[in-house]
Amino acid sequence: MTIALVVAAAIVAIIVGWLLRQTLNTKPWIEQQHPIENVRAESAWSLPPVKVGLGVFLAVATSLFALFISAYFMRRMGADWNTLADPMVLWWDTALLCLGSIYFQRARTAAQRGQIDGVKVGLLAGGAFTFAFLAGQLWAWQQLNASGFYLATNPASDFFYLLTALHGLHLLGGLWVWGRTTAKVWRGFEVADVRLSVELCTVYWHFLLVVWLILFGLLLST
Amino acid sequence: MAYVAHDESDYVPPAEVEEVELYHPKTFIGKYIWSQDAKVIAIQYSITAIAVGLVALVLSGIMRLQLGYPNTFSFITPGTYLQFVTMHGMIMVIYLLTALFLGGFGNYLIPLMVGARDMVFPYVNMVSYWVYLFAVLLLMASFFVPGGPTGSGWTLYPPQAILEGTPGASWGIILMLVSLAFFIVGFTMGGLNYVVTVLQARTRGMTMMRLPLTVWGIFMATILALLAFPALFVSCIMMTLDSLLGTSFFMPAIVSMGQQLDYGGGSPILFQHLFWFFGHPEVYIVALPAFGMVSDLISVHARKNIFGYRMMVWAILAIGALSLVVWAHHMYVSGMNPYFGFFFAITTLVIAIPTAIKVYNWVLTLWRGNIHLTVPMLFAIGFVFTFINGGLTGLFLGNVTVDLPLSDTMFVVAHFHMVMAVAPIMVVFGAIYHWYPKITGRMLNDTLGKFHFWATFLGSYAIYYPMHYLGFLGVPRRYYAMGNTDFLPESAHSLNAGITIVALIVGAIQVVFLYNLVWSYFKGKPSGGNPWGATTLEWQTPDTPPKHGNFGPTLPVVYRWAYDYSVPGVDEDFIPQNQPPGEKTRGLEET
Repeated sequence: MTIALVVAAAIVAIIVGWLLRQTLNTKPWIEQQHPIENVRAESAWSLPPVKVGLGVFLAVATSLFALFISAYFMRRMGADWNTLADPMVLWWDTALLCLGSIYFQRARTAAQRGQIDGVKVGLLAGGAFTFAFLAGQLWAWQQLNASGFYLATNPASDFFYLLTALHGLHLLGGLWVWGRTTAKVWRGFEVADVRLSVELCTVYWHFLLVVWLILFGLLLST
Repeated sequence: MAYVAHDESDYVPPAEVEEVELYHPKTFIGKYIWSQDAKVIAIQYSITAIAVGLVALVLSGIMRLQLGYPNTFSFITPGTYLQFVTMHGMIMVIYLLTALFLGGFGNYLIPLMVGARDMVFPYVNMVSYWVYLFAVLLLMASFFVPGGPTGSGWTLYPPQAILEGTPGASWGIILMLVSLAFFIVGFTMGGLNYVVTVLQARTRGMTMMRLPLTVWGIFMATILALLAFPALFVSCIMMTLDSLLGTSFFMPAIVSMGQQLDYGGGSPILFQHLFWFFGHPEVYIVALPAFGMVSDLISVHARKNIFGYRMMVWAILAIGALSLVVWAHHMYVSGMNPYFGFFFAITTLVIAIPTAIKVYNWVLTLWRGNIHLTVPMLFAIGFVFTFINGGLTGLFLGNVTVDLPLSDTMFVVAHFHMVMAVAPIMVVFGAIYHWYPKITGRMLNDTLGKFHFWATFLGSYAIYYPMHYLGFLGVPRRYYAMGNTDFLPESAHSLNAGITIVALIVGAIQVVFLYNLVWSYFKGKPSGGNPWGATTLEWQTPDTPPKHGNFGPTLPVVYRWAYDYSVPGVDEDFIPQNQPPGEKTRGLEET
């Protein structure tokens, strides 16, 4: 549980640190001390709500993955844990997801520059690499199955299936938003209309790439 | 009368908070069923939570019948008794209190109190309620499946939770786990709304330190819940896999009913860690909104500014942060390393400091206040009493050496019912009496309310005080019947019977409250917009009940904190938060 604790502490520290930078130290009962300000004008408030919403969701997802990883470490101490020979295809998958993230980043940069063609290419390639990643994950499951590791064969394989499925489901959720954004781009929306969606997708993909790299490292190390 | 001239610092810049585009329903269904208005969603959450809470109340009555009069009621078997214990606990903690405080009060009060037209993601907010309702229906369905609901105790500890022999080990436990998972998904949708609305949708001038403490409490509780509920989600998923697919995340090698099962190597302690990593913050997920609301209730009805506002906010933050590092005090008897026990005892006792600060501040707010003993105030004071009592027994149980003999006795049951059941419910009642006029435009009947308070308050003490004594005698919790147990005197059995009688009476008296809710809705005295003379924004709306969009054509601008009561030199004894300084202000500040 140490990992979950450290992650939770880090998230709480970020929240409390952020709050402290706000007006947490003021004396609200002294009227004159505080000129009325347009709260939206402060830098932290100029973010669109949906961006903050994504940030909060990523904190929840971080907590979820950290707890699974904590459970992984605790369960790994059991005597019945067999080390898995991780399928080689995972290396290719990792490369695919990296490429996906890179193309999302390119779409984001293009969106910031107002280049709709760049957005189209970035989104399409990013989505395609993500689908390829998911297909690769299914292939990895196939390989594990073929080598006799089913769900419920050994805790190592149980966790393998569970963690990869959880990560894949998060990607599928992202792909749903990606699908809506891509459809908008194709229906001729202006870059300005999709800029925020592209940016949010990119952040989400980077997050899931980092999560995957941690999970992959974990699966390789045991 | 000292009206004070104000300097340039009172200037309000012309920029406006961005107007949100509201969804405007045209049909009855769009307005009241598939509604995206946070106020309607709040009512939906509240009615569902109270309805399912009534089911849990009835279950507790049946449990008390068995405990007070064992071997009398043939329809209560050991199996059904355990099922009722389990369902009562889980429903009350999760499906009633969490949903009511955050989904109910959170939805109603956050947008109104921060000066927003609605939650920032209204559609997600609507889906949140429907997912919650689905979770409730799934849970209720477990009463009608083969084997009935799970009887594993509300903590759902493996391995017994999914082993044959425990009631509901086939269908019941699965429905419980899946229902919890849906609850968490639904809550996360709502929680995103509560947090982001507080952060991003506050009206002009509403700085974080001008937020009413109600909003602070709900805000921090939501953050806690968003971080802690994933732990329950993880344990639900893994236990479902253990049960359905035969994995061994939590299941050790085990011989059940003479047969060696296929499980092996799993760790039941892992489940306990995950469960309590959620379970202890859950106490504060319920308590922090209660703390916040009771602060506002006391301040309004004592006509006095809250004592130590800043300290109250800091205490909420400190309690929130500390509550994440105390979970293993629920596991002292699980055979943990004594150094861990020491660590968790220390963190548990440290949390008493910010909590005590809050209690002192409530009492100091009352000190020399112009106390109006209205029904909300009675419930608020009732809460402070009960919370102190429940908190003190928490200090007993937080110590490893005291906890070991008391663990799994009725003392624990008495403790957590005082601190986590009666105390928050006092706030729920107080808050409903307080905000009902805003929600319906009518006052609740005062006489019925006072009767309801005294019966509930005194009744709760008659139930739970003696229960501590039963715990000291060694009466274990979760036991169907004690039989002829040598170490228990006859008086213990009489006491149990007495507790049952009072519990049934107190349970039945809640009908008075329900009657009051319905009667007052039609026949109650019209309340006007601000019957209590409160300063916060929800009382300053142009319409009561507030219409969709809350504040009419323009959003309010906030000029002051939420606690300007009985300000010297001002005609009225309160100054609303949106009252511009030039019109009425304090006389003392010029000096």
